[in-house]
Amino acid sequence: MAQTVFVEAINQAISEEMARDENVFIMGEDIRRAVYGATADLLNDFGEKRVLDTPLSENGFFGAAIGASLVGMRPIVETLTSFMWVGMDQLISQAAKMRYMFGGQATLPVVYRATMFYGGGSAAHHSDRSYPMFMNMPGIKIVVPSNPADMKGLLKAAVRDDDPTIVFEDGTLFGMRAEVPENSELPNGELVVPFGEAKTVREGADVTIVGIGGAVNHAAAAADQLAAEGISVEVIDPRTLVPFDKKAVLDSVEKTGRLVVADPAHKVCSAASEIASIVAEEGFWSLQAPIQKVASEQVHIPYTPSLEKHVYPDVEKILAAVRRTLDS
Amino acid sequence: MWNDRGVTVEIDRDTLLLMLRRMWMIRNFELKVMEVHAAGEFTGAAHPYIGEEAVAVGACAALEDTDYIAGNHRSHGHPIAKGGRVDKAMAELYGRVDGYCKGKGGSMHLADYSIGILGESGILGSSVPVAVGAALAAHIKGEKFVSLAFFGDGASNQGALHESMNLAAVWNLPMIFLCENNQYAVTTSYAETVAVEHVSDRASAYNMPGILADGQDAIAMYEATSAAVKRARAGEGPTLIEGLTYRYEEHSLGLGRVRRGEYREQSEIDEWRKRDPLVILEDTLISQGIATREECDAINAETVEEVEQATDFARNSPFPEPEELFDDMWANPIPLP
Repeated sequence: MAQTVFVEAINQAISEEMARDENVFIMGEDIRRAVYGATADLLNDFGEKRVLDTPLSENGFFGAAIGASLVGMRPIVETLTSFMWVGMDQLISQAAKMRYMFGGQATLPVVYRATMFYGGGSAAHHSDRSYPMFMNMPGIKIVVPSNPADMKGLLKAAVRDDDPTIVFEDGTLFGMRAEVPENSELPNGELVVPFGEAKTVREGADVTIVGIGGAVNHAAAAADQLAAEGISVEVIDPRTLVPFDKKAVLDSVEKTGRLVVADPAHKVCSAASEIASIVAEEGFWSLQAPIQKVASEQVHIPYTPSLEKHVYPDVEKILAAVRRTLDS
Repeated sequence: MWNDRGVTVEIDRDTLLLMLRRMWMIRNFELKVMEVHAAGEFTGAAHPYIGEEAVAVGACAALEDTDYIAGNHRSHGHPIAKGGRVDKAMAELYGRVDGYCKGKGGSMHLADYSIGILGESGILGSSVPVAVGAALAAHIKGEKFVSLAFFGDGASNQGALHESMNLAAVWNLPMIFLCENNQYAVTTSYAETVAVEHVSDRASAYNMPGILADGQDAIAMYEATSAAVKRARAGEGPTLIEGLTYRYEEHSLGLGRVRRGEYREQSEIDEWRKRDPLVILEDTLISQGIATREECDAINAETVEEVEQATDFARNSPFPEPEELFDDMWANPIPLP
């Protein structure tokens, strides 16, 4: 097993998929010079026609990716969540709706890699964690990896999936180093993580914490601290929000009777809201305490670190939420 | 044969008669739609293409089945012009399972992927980037197909169109931007909303040719589009074509019942009707000895009959069953939430 940084895992996934299938190409702003690191060496390896630097025209190139996918290509678009607003019409009116609206005639194997750079003083216009908004719109598969191995395996699965997919890459994880298996170590010779299969990050008996993206690590850290106190925490990472592995969550809550959901998105109509609602509807009789949501405060992201640090879920907030479920 | 400016146009008789047939098909399809919509046979919006038939038919006659088109809410003319089936189109308007989209798209969202019709968009300008994507695929793969986007004078003010023209130009894509300038975005005049005299003038901002064509003359539209297709296939990049045309009917069926106030004079409508695209094409064919009056009338009558059959087909097709609600959401299906 190789220690691999999150952003390198993205690069490996893209590179492997482009080498495997000549219909895969990538486009985005400043990708040839890899300003965020994920597209390093692609220009050299695959040439200008398959590695396209775009103008600042999200509505234009988001849509061009859709059109290319309709006629047999498998585009990967690199963007930031905060730039997606500029291209929303294409994502919603076309990518999400075309297949259904045209009675199944359209097939759109297009992947948008949307990086969420939050927590680093990027302020309100560059810190969006917007996956819940897309969960509300049928027609788009939604992936939120929490570690380098899943990042690689889920991105490769996204490229192979025949539906439009947005991979929300948590920018707070870009420097995370963890084990990613070498292809030679894998039974199929490659790392592909299927959609809709949650991962049990650690097993426990007293409380379930479901973490989304970067919050998975906070949940695991909280679980470590609680273990020292004799509290056994199960941490579940859904990995994909659409499709969502609700059985994994419901089974865990059936075992523990307590649920905390840690979600970096704004708390109103968040992924945490939906997960809490599923458990309230379908797992109510398993619950021994009210569900706790630990999501971002319902406020814009302030620039100054003295304020920004109070917005997001962190270990302390998760610990407090777990204690609330145990006290009630 | 030659056009009204005395210029010889390379176009064979079969193509001309096919164009006339498709124009009559659109005209008679739309007349039927107006009739059955008024009779309450189906609900929902429908936007008649009457008066504009020469634009789509002339343009699509210059394309192959392997070329792609995308269009907009005024959506019946484009697929019929590209060779789509009127029975499946009518059944779609009726919301039936045998419709092009199994009743899930309706009037504004006809598509036929078997002959390169990527679909019509109810959000205006929104299908243009999609069409550019098909042209991008041709560019990346080194294939010879071209892509054509229909949009109106109203959508010519959408950012999506301008981003698309710039993309197609900087990437030198085999793309044709075809503006159907029917003078009005619903009730708002083109002259009040477009800062240049002609939409085609906007081509210069994207370093591509801009062609202003007579949208009532199918042969002129064929000629302009053929030149653009030739350029595109030769790797010389995109072209913007503006077909000057006119919408005889209301923006949308039924809209006139609620609209307050007039936005155009009857005399203006009458003036445009004098240059009816079917009359212009038939006069040309007859005067140049390509077809007789009787042949033209027979084509008209045949399309009336075909539209009647299509309407019966639509009426007899069943509605989708409730269990079909969730079909066609995903290519790789996932469990319902």
